[in-house]
Amino acid sequence: MSTLTQQDTFQALFAASPENFHSIRNSGKESFLNQGIPAVKAEEYKFTNISKKLDNALTNFSTALPFEVTPSQVKSALFEGFEGDVLVFANGAFLPELSSTIEGVEISKLSDKPETSLGSIAKASKDPFAALNQASFVDGIFISVPKKSQIERPILLLSFNKENLGQVIQPRVWIEVGDFAEVTFIDQSISLSDSAYFVNKVVEVKGGVNSQISYYRLQNEGKNTIEVSNIETDILKDAKFTSVNISLSGDMVRNNLSLNLLGSNSEGNMFGVYLLNGKTHVDNHTNVDHTIPHADSNELYKGILADQSRGVFNGKIFVRQDAQKTNAFQQNNNILLSEDAIVNTKPQLEIWADDVKCSHGCTVGQLDEEALFYLRARGLDKLSAKGLLLYAFAGEVLEKIEEESFHNHVVNLIQERLGSKF
Amino acid sequence: MSKDNQILEELTSKEYEHGWSVNYEADEAPTGLNEDIIRWISAKKEEPEWLLEWRLKAFRTWQSMTEPQWANVHYPKIDLQSLKYYSAPKQSKKPKNLNEVDPELIAIYERLGISLNEQKRLQGIAIDAVLDSVSVATTFKDTLGKLGIVFCSFSEAVKEHPELIKKYLGSVVPMTDNYYAALNSAVFSDGSFCYIPKGVRCPMELSTYFRINAANTGQFERTLIVAEDESYVSYLEGCTAPQRDENQLHAAVVEIYAGAHAQVKYSTVQNWFPGDKEGKGGIYNFVTKRGICAGDHSKISWTQVETGSAVTWKYPSCILKGDYSVGEFYSVAVTNNYQQADTGTKMIHIGKNTKSRIVSKGISAGKSQNSYRGQVQVMKRADNARNFSQCDSLLMGDRCGAHTFPYIDINNPTAKVEHEATTSKIGEDQIFYCNQRGIATEDAVALIVNGYAKEVLNQLPMEFAVEAQKLLALTLEGSVG
Repeated sequence: MSTLTQQDTFQALFAASPENFHSIRNSGKESFLNQGIPAVKAEEYKFTNISKKLDNALTNFSTALPFEVTPSQVKSALFEGFEGDVLVFANGAFLPELSSTIEGVEISKLSDKPETSLGSIAKASKDPFAALNQASFVDGIFISVPKKSQIERPILLLSFNKENLGQVIQPRVWIEVGDFAEVTFIDQSISLSDSAYFVNKVVEVKGGVNSQISYYRLQNEGKNTIEVSNIETDILKDAKFTSVNISLSGDMVRNNLSLNLLGSNSEGNMFGVYLLNGKTHVDNHTNVDHTIPHADSNELYKGILADQSRGVFNGKIFVRQDAQKTNAFQQNNNILLSEDAIVNTKPQLEIWADDVKCSHGCTVGQLDEEALFYLRARGLDKLSAKGLLLYAFAGEVLEKIEEESFHNHVVNLIQERLGSKF
Repeated sequence: MSKDNQILEELTSKEYEHGWSVNYEADEAPTGLNEDIIRWISAKKEEPEWLLEWRLKAFRTWQSMTEPQWANVHYPKIDLQSLKYYSAPKQSKKPKNLNEVDPELIAIYERLGISLNEQKRLQGIAIDAVLDSVSVATTFKDTLGKLGIVFCSFSEAVKEHPELIKKYLGSVVPMTDNYYAALNSAVFSDGSFCYIPKGVRCPMELSTYFRINAANTGQFERTLIVAEDESYVSYLEGCTAPQRDENQLHAAVVEIYAGAHAQVKYSTVQNWFPGDKEGKGGIYNFVTKRGICAGDHSKISWTQVETGSAVTWKYPSCILKGDYSVGEFYSVAVTNNYQQADTGTKMIHIGKNTKSRIVSKGISAGKSQNSYRGQVQVMKRADNARNFSQCDSLLMGDRCGAHTFPYIDINNPTAKVEHEATTSKIGEDQIFYCNQRGIATEDAVALIVNGYAKEVLNQLPMEFAVEAQKLLALTLEGSVG
């Protein structure tokens, strides 16, 4: 068994990493060795003991190799009614032969784009896992949406993951969106095996002036998947970025989502649902950094926790001294369905400017008995009544998904989980 | 805005009212901290052997601990070896009653507006006056004694009620609790002890007034309140310190024990010297306050108005162990100039049907930093626990900060927990509305701030509420952002 406290555990990853992006990898490695894997007492990983989890679950801490994916696998993975372009990945490696070519969008492997300034948005110094990825990712994808182009069809980033000679998968995504461009991404991963593996993903999004970007993400992988992701974006003047994150499954999932509002009149939205059962542990750490005046941010995360699941939420609104006239709202609501479920939530405000309107709210509770009674009185059995109310609870977030087929897909999954169709 | 700046300037140049100090002959411990000093203090206070052992054990624990770093406050490292751990005004013999107390000491308290003279007091408040390390006088002892209430200095209690002290000391805040609590356990000098027997409702407010006078001295007092079943007590605490250029350390421990159906209300108006407008000097206030609702249906309520001290680090907490017990926390924390406050509460729900309520109002002005840090924890067996938290921040000036760090940890599906927080400044429209109606800007700010803090001020006993309101007006006069 490996022990993550020993740094030689990672030598296999460093040794297997390619030669390209040499200086970027070096600084990532240095940063990682400085930070180390977070210990139990580390504030940022207080409720998510990731090092113990990795220690116990992984036996082979080396890079999982790409494998062959068949067109029929891709086809069956697409959800009903999806009309868009698909980019296919196997263990983080981009497979161009199975992917669509999208008119007007430049897509290539990161290894073909050595000038990309990886790590300039998702900084290695902020999180040890971002640093680890930066030091030892194998390859990734480069997506560039040119100026003023409106990409109407959504782009699906479809990742197939499985343990393959190693258990560490490190996808790396770089997205550039030009000024005045509009684009929607859907990020979905599919487990092809039940064995444990560790996904350490980094997505960097560079939005242009007045760009509009939606990033929808569905986490519904195998019960033994351990995942840490760092998604970070720079939002410029008049631009808008919306993230919707749906977490339904996995062993231990940690999402770091950071929005940097860098231009006035920009808007950052973060929405999420975590509907968990079994022993799934999902930790959403979000961070919105208001650096300039006149920017808005909204955040709404909702959690439904059954069985022995655990939901962790840490939302941070950071308003810098210059960021006057900021509006920032944040809300986190949780429903506990079982005696063994746990919620740890920490909505955090750090305000250094005075002319701001910031608020956050947070609740933990259960279904309204009266609402339940109302439905029962009208002939719904207990399960459907409960399901209906829980669906309505999550619905507020689901409505934020503007892509219809994906919305329907998520709604179906959630209704299925809640045990009834409406 | 130039007028605002002018007003702000006036405000910041306002001197601390209680900044004077008095020279009196004092009995001081040598500088430094080691086991001998602790023995010295213990001997000085003629303590029994078990208490000395307890102190030494705490000291040894403390040596193995490190200073906490997680709080959102910054200050230079305190050299604990350069402090004196005991300073007491010299009195030829221990006064038996108030008439024997050195008139000079009484004069100090008169100057602070606190009369120790029982005849002169209109309101029924019993006071334990603590100057530096020792309690100088306790009023109304006899009146309270008739009801079986014990209200005296801690040292006296050690001598006269050792069985109570032995039973409750460290039962709520164990010596191993944290760095400063361990330090306090090792070197605490005096404090107040209060014991309300079963079924007794304390007829008057009990109060401790802390005053730091000596330079380079740490004040480490310990308050222990024991309210037996079905009793009630309301307790007040006030504090001031002279204006000095060096920072002074105040690391107190307050423990409250509430039996079944007992109610304890603890109010603090904290007015330590906050440092001057350059951020020089001031008190470091690192306090551990905790109460336990040990019996069913008991209630502990903390109310605090914080205007003083350079750095505050304080989390009055409630352990809700008894079923149906209630914990409350009401706080107004005002910071100005370079003050830093990291304050909040912890509500630990253990018993069934327990309730807690948190209302925290932060006001920051100047270059100050004001943080709320709180935890609401619902344990697995705490069915039907209920919590409501509200923490609002008001910002005045563009160089101050307001931060909120609420931790909510829920382990029971029947819990109902709500938390909400807002941050804003006094709206120009609100000021304009008042101006329109002939209220000057400065008065309008006072009006709005008082309205903002009212929910908390209402919880204070009347005499304190008046003081607190005045203090608020004084601290914030004219600071329009």
